[in-house]
Amino acid sequence: MDFTRFMNKFNEIERQLSPTSALRLSFDNISPETEEPPDGNKRLWGVPVPPFVSDKVVSWIEEEFNEAPVFYNGNCVLKKVESVRMIDRYNTKNPTVGTLYLTATHLIFVEPESNKETWILHMHVASIEKLPLSTTGSPLLIRCKTFLSVTFVIPKDSECHDVYTSLLKLFQPVSINKLYCFNYQPAKDDYPKSAGWDFFNLEAEFKHLLVPNDNWTLCSMNEKYELCDTYPRQIYVPKEATTLMLISSSRFRSKGRLPALTYLHNNKASICRCSQPLSGFSARCLEDEQMLEAIRKTNTNTDYMYVVDTRPRINAMANRAAGKGYENEAFYENIKFHFLGIENIHVQRASLQKVLEACEQKSPTMSAFLNALESSGWLKHIRSILDTSSFIANAVDKGVSVVVHCSDGWDRTAQVCSLAQLMLNPYYRTIKGFQALIEKDWLAFGHKFSERCGHIQTDAKEVSPIFTQFLDCTWQLMSQRSEAFEFNERFLLILHDHVHSCQFGTFVGNCEKDRLDLKLSERTFSLWGFMANHLNEYINPLYRPNVDEAIKANLAPQCIKFWRGMYCRFESGIHPREPLGDLLLDSKEHTNSLEDHVQHLTKRIASFKSYISKSAKKLQDATSTNTKVTKEVAVPNEINDNKYNYDKKLSELSAADDDHPLKANNMSFANLSLNAEQTSPPQDLPDEISSVAIDWKPMRNVTACSCSTPFDQFSKKTHCWRCGDIFCERCIDKNVSLPGHDSGKLVPVCRGCFRQMQKSTP
Amino acid sequence: MEFADLIKTPKLDGVFLHDPQPLQHANAATVGTLCITGHHLLLSARQENSQELWLLHKDIDCVEKKPSMSQNVVVGGIITLKCKDLRIISLEIKYAKEFFNVSSSLEALSAIQNAELLYPFFYRPMYSILEDGYTMFRPELEFAKLISGVGMGGVSSPNVANITICMPSTSTSTSSVGSIPHPLQNGYALDAAAALVGGIGSGATVLACEWRVTNINKDFSVCATYGATLIVPKAITDEQIVLSASFRDGGRFPVLSYRHDNGATLMRSSQPLSIQGIKRCRADEAILNLVLGRSKKGFIVDTWGKGKSNTETDLHYSQWKKVNRSIGNVSSPASILDSFAKLIEACNETGCSTDKWLSRLEGSGWLSLVLNSLNASCVVAQCLDQEGSPVLVHGAKGLDSTLIVTSLVQIILNPDCRTVRGLQALIEREWIQAGHPFASRHRYSCYTPHQTRNKTSGATFVLFLDCIYQLFTQFPCSFEFSTQLLILLFEHSYFSQYGTFLCDSERERHELNVHTRTTSLWSYLNRPDVLQTLLNPLYEPNANVIWPSVAPISLELWSELYLRWVIDQRSVTTVMSQVQELVTREKELRTQLAGQLATGTAHTEMEDRKWLCPAKLKLVDVQHKCNECPKSLKRADRLNFCKPHGYKLIECMMCQSQYNTQWTCDAI
Repeated sequence: MDFTRFMNKFNEIERQLSPTSALRLSFDNISPETEEPPDGNKRLWGVPVPPFVSDKVVSWIEEEFNEAPVFYNGNCVLKKVESVRMIDRYNTKNPTVGTLYLTATHLIFVEPESNKETWILHMHVASIEKLPLSTTGSPLLIRCKTFLSVTFVIPKDSECHDVYTSLLKLFQPVSINKLYCFNYQPAKDDYPKSAGWDFFNLEAEFKHLLVPNDNWTLCSMNEKYELCDTYPRQIYVPKEATTLMLISSSRFRSKGRLPALTYLHNNKASICRCSQPLSGFSARCLEDEQMLEAIRKTNTNTDYMYVVDTRPRINAMANRAAGKGYENEAFYENIKFHFLGIENIHVQRASLQKVLEACEQKSPTMSAFLNALESSGWLKHIRSILDTSSFIANAVDKGVSVVVHCSDGWDRTAQVCSLAQLMLNPYYRTIKGFQALIEKDWLAFGHKFSERCGHIQTDAKEVSPIFTQFLDCTWQLMSQRSEAFEFNERFLLILHDHVHSCQFGTFVGNCEKDRLDLKLSERTFSLWGFMANHLNEYINPLYRPNVDEAIKANLAPQCIKFWRGMYCRFESGIHPREPLGDLLLDSKEHTNSLEDHVQHLTKRIASFKSYISKSAKKLQDATSTNTKVTKEVAVPNEINDNKYNYDKKLSELSAADDDHPLKANNMSFANLSLNAEQTSPPQDLPDEISSVAIDWKPMRNVTACSCSTPFDQFSKKTHCWRCGDIFCERCIDKNVSLPGHDSGKLVPVCRGCFRQMQKSTP
Repeated sequence: MEFADLIKTPKLDGVFLHDPQPLQHANAATVGTLCITGHHLLLSARQENSQELWLLHKDIDCVEKKPSMSQNVVVGGIITLKCKDLRIISLEIKYAKEFFNVSSSLEALSAIQNAELLYPFFYRPMYSILEDGYTMFRPELEFAKLISGVGMGGVSSPNVANITICMPSTSTSTSSVGSIPHPLQNGYALDAAAALVGGIGSGATVLACEWRVTNINKDFSVCATYGATLIVPKAITDEQIVLSASFRDGGRFPVLSYRHDNGATLMRSSQPLSIQGIKRCRADEAILNLVLGRSKKGFIVDTWGKGKSNTETDLHYSQWKKVNRSIGNVSSPASILDSFAKLIEACNETGCSTDKWLSRLEGSGWLSLVLNSLNASCVVAQCLDQEGSPVLVHGAKGLDSTLIVTSLVQIILNPDCRTVRGLQALIEREWIQAGHPFASRHRYSCYTPHQTRNKTSGATFVLFLDCIYQLFTQFPCSFEFSTQLLILLFEHSYFSQYGTFLCDSERERHELNVHTRTTSLWSYLNRPDVLQTLLNPLYEPNANVIWPSVAPISLELWSELYLRWVIDQRSVTTVMSQVQELVTREKELRTQLAGQLATGTAHTEMEDRKWLCPAKLKLVDVQHKCNECPKSLKRADRLNFCKPHGYKLIECMMCQSQYNTQWTCDAI
């Protein structure tokens, strides 16, 4: 198959189609074993064609190619290259040889020997580089936004060039409508497209903070984004603020980003955010001054408030020359002005680049690594962000309101505002709260995700790891106070992956308005919906709710650590061999399973006891009155065989009521006997007992799933709750309620167990 | 000398204590009464709930005096005590005379060199000793285990008080080591056991040579730093040993350190001497050639680096390949201590910038030392495990870097060394009996200025503990002990009420009768209540070799130890206690379930003649036959119960009748 011809034709046809008909020849939503084709008529090489592919394309493909294309794991392969060698940095001596598949969405490398697969989503690719030709072939260096960096050595240069050019086309689309999310379909339809989009809304979040109230009110002037198009529609301002004040203040601020409430602490101190004033050297705006005064007045604790400029003083000075700048303390009464010195996006981007270089040193020594880490300045930047956030959090905790801005108020301001809230309020340290925080301070207030993450082809100078730094700072807090967070490191990593993957529409676009215009909530899936289905993976087993209200970050340089799990995630050799987080989470899940089972068995024994004493009484009555009981006797007999129903009922009850142990004792026996009509198989108790694994297979020394997929450092190993064996994510996709569990909640089981359970309960 | 001569002011009121602990507010000072005794410094506020400060004089690393002047007259001052456990405290004294008295007494008391005046010789434990730490790891027994391949460190279960060492029962004559006090005396050969293991050992690539125990050093004349009992190849005569010892620095001839499962042996020695005239030593060559056995090649790993120590000549040791794996640029104990001092200095500076911190951390070179030690150990472990070749490790004198490598190798390779007892045995064998001069090395620590400390001081043992810590962070479930044990060992190696780490060698300990006059640290550690606090809740015995990552990125600063007085380490303890809780809960549930399952299965196991008496939740016998009809009953036909107390209902669906038989369950 002439590959270039294919791509040309492909692009030509694609142009003819409307932009929304998402043709990418993406068959990945259709697994080969799907039984019913969505449309009986359309089939291409024995594979059902998705409905969105027009007939025109189908016929064209059929005409053009007589041979059936290759499929890998249900993905139509655009290009397949054999005997490619993959070189990763810690394994330069023995590169693995395998096959490289290029699909519409992924680059997949399969090592036939170990069965190991490396999947690279095109959206994750940060850069592709053709290295100088070597004796073994042409090397192609691919760096990812997830900090994976691999080199594929392709024997033929022409093939390498093919892969290179098509990847260049695929990895960073020109139009936002070509992003992966618009044709992504989850492998199994277990949640609807709408799931997650309605999890958070700004009004509810502010209600959570008891806003609106006597001091703060919802401003309706931005309903159609007239005031500021990068702000949310609902903005909260002081009640005292007049329309004139809002409009003038908005005009006086860069990009119209006027001071608006983002967080109200329970002591009336608030965090407001805005952009820099257009003050230049002497300009002033009375309304803006009044606006800040109005914000100050909402808090009666103190007679002053802080205005925090997160930039270094010198940057702010430079901005004055451009007619921007900072508030003049002489004009604004009762404010205390602070510069806190977080560098701009360009410095941060360069710093990250140096960190990655530090990680990529060939045969590094300890001093070389430490020197490189030091000169990158990354930890310094992380510390200064934490420092600023701590300053804000401390001020608010002490009852002083803070207004925060940087230049445009969407990068550094977003970082420090959200981190300060993370420190102040335990709600934001839960999974839901953290998502709400991102939804509020990042998405609603217009952090430019698409530009900062380089979703589409854009100015490279707009790309910067601002959100990565936010996650890093969160991780720093987590490693200092692990018990205060409900989520774990994996949660942060998944977030980081999907901010860049564009698999979900959540982070697409630069502001709320963009996302509405793109109709993302109708056209794409939400990350929050996806995450809701995997919550159990993100739990921090050491979480203790209500430990502390506010937590403080230790800013000693010794406490700011390099986040190996993020920047060196894919170098499997360097991580702890026995990952504690996973082990503890596993232990926690096992404990839950056992607790549930214990609860269940306790009830079974109790019910058995009560049943026996009951029938004993009956018998005594019967024998004492000497009446021959015939029919009634049959009743307890049947009950004996109907434990299953009984327990089901119990578990239903207990699921509804938190006080279930007590409830169980109050259960009326008579009620049950009425229910005892059906008979279930007599071996139900053994079934129940065997349905819960008492001992789980230890994680140690498990190198591969039963499907022979090898496990590496970051692959999630999941135990089947029924048999206790360990499986990879792909093999453990069934969730059922186990008969041996009291709560009846859905738990993961492996396919084998699932089949067995289906057999026993038809 | 009387302590009273040194203590000029035994008691002083109104002393201000400045303890910059992270847990307290900065500048919070407590006022209290200071007492100085022969071994301790006490400071008590004499109030309920107030912490008392107890400090062994031996803990004090250096005393700094800062007199406060008023009109050119000293009116008191601040005494800063920098301790070997890395803590820094200040005492503020308001009177000039007392200020000088206290500081000079503390200086004198902390500098006492006479071992017999140290606290261990005065300390009497308040508890009865369950097992004596001094006899727990008798070299004969440890060597026997080493050779036979039976787990080292006695029984791996921590709570068993009496250790009885089991040799493989098939090895006829050596089987009852426990009952015969010294089965290996008189040069008793261990060939039986060795041959046996050689046959069983997995892979059994190398048949090791035979070994014997020699008492040639019983008066410490051959080698002053070795113990009295040593293990050498069986075919080597005592004369050859003496010759070999004269060829090696300090008389430390090659001795067995560890024997791996596959029969490959790890030896250690000191460097060969380079005195003019001595070119070779045939006895020394003979020892190594015997160790080589049938394997084609062996490795000599030099921990000092090429050209810095003497090496064996290629000509005379042709089958041995030389490998250089130096620990540091200069691997001397003094330079290790320099590095440690720089590290601690950097750690105590919490107010600086991250850049400064990183550059000071780098400048200290400590993590490089850790990395190189791990690296060298991995190389040796690989030679043993994967090549099956014998390895000889030596640095210069064979007292410091050599011991780090040989002991780390054992922790990597041998799962027993990752248990509490195994680690104790390892330290006892590879450090204490092998003659690491604890007293000289730990006389001064990191706070003593460089020019004041003498050349023999060092921080080799700390480096070793740090390396274990690194292994621990990479394999947090493979160690029976927690990092608390390592910290405890760190402290006791510097100052202790126990005699384990006293003196420089077995000879000195022998001369002072340390074993009878003091208590062993192990006797204290192995008390169940103490041990309990030092166990790792996540421990799952791991029989595998643990290969650590030696990438720079994988190393972690041991903040639990180095930062414990400057940065709040409470979160570490809370995490540990939570982990403990979680693991205990999981275990509890498992046992609970096992009980319940027994009950539950009893309900269903009809075919068994067992039935559960629900009143007592005990298993009892039941009859399976209907009393009326001759049919044997089926499961669904029957309904059994024990009415409290003593009835059993047997019901038969066939004849639709029920019977009430008198029956007593054995629970009643």
